[in-house]
Amino acid sequence: MIDQSAVGRTFTPVTARVEPGRLRFFLDTLGETNAIYRDEATAQAAGFTAAPVPPTYLFCLEMMDAPDPFEFLTALDIDLARVLHGEQRFDYHAPVMVGDTLTFRPRVTGVTDKKGGAMTLIVVDTPVTNQHGVHVADVSRTVVVRNARPS
Amino acid sequence: MSARVPSVGDIIVHKEFPPITRHRLALYCGASGDHNPIHVDIDFAKAAGFPDVFAHGMLVMGYLGQALTDAVAPSRIRSFSTRFAAITQLGAKLTCEGTVTELIEQGGEKRAKLALTTRDQNGEVKLAGEAIIAL
Repeated sequence: MIDQSAVGRTFTPVTARVEPGRLRFFLDTLGETNAIYRDEATAQAAGFTAAPVPPTYLFCLEMMDAPDPFEFLTALDIDLARVLHGEQRFDYHAPVMVGDTLTFRPRVTGVTDKKGGAMTLIVVDTPVTNQHGVHVADVSRTVVVRNARPS
Repeated sequence: MSARVPSVGDIIVHKEFPPITRHRLALYCGASGDHNPIHVDIDFAKAAGFPDVFAHGMLVMGYLGQALTDAVAPSRIRSFSTRFAAITQLGAKLTCEGTVTELIEQGGEKRAKLALTTRDQNGEVKLAGEAIIAL
């Protein structure tokens, strides 16, 4: 079972490009019709230099371009089938737009047992920087591991 | 955001979404890069102890984000967080809402704190979250 020794573990940084075609697929999937995400002129009128990404898209970019999107689970010997998403947080510091190239640097910042060890919460915090070195966001995910019952 | 400053208690976010289908989960699997089979492969889901596939939490948060930026310009969102309170089942018809809970000064600007919820057609809370927006 995962324990405190996992805190501080880092994983392979992920570099992801915000590509318009992939973004459109995401927008279509969610039925998102807001012109700010689809039309450059609308985005510019709102003060962006290109179309911005929707609020949760950073999470997708990291998974799409990671060579192994479940690296942290494999590295910590956690079975994908036992994992649920517990919490998710985004702090936005600067715009992320079509054409940007982002770097994600994930790191384990917390491991907490719950319900007498029946589940473990793992927090992975991921600062995100863009191609200019600007710290654009912080992404924090908490996964819930449903631990096997002791037999 | 309009020029009008919201008041505590105002419901400024409200949007309803069509029922979650297997097709939508398959599309989201590809569009999001989250290829966890538990959301699209019923055999995998059953082996993991679930009766069927279920929605990606991030699909549901994606809907909540959409409801949020329908009401608040993306450039004004400072933070957005949720707790995934319950699994969202196939067929769920989701309603997203956001209520102003506090007006604050932070980082040298006037901001509002919103309490966000996503509920299904039975009123069960699926996501409970918060956003901080600049006014």
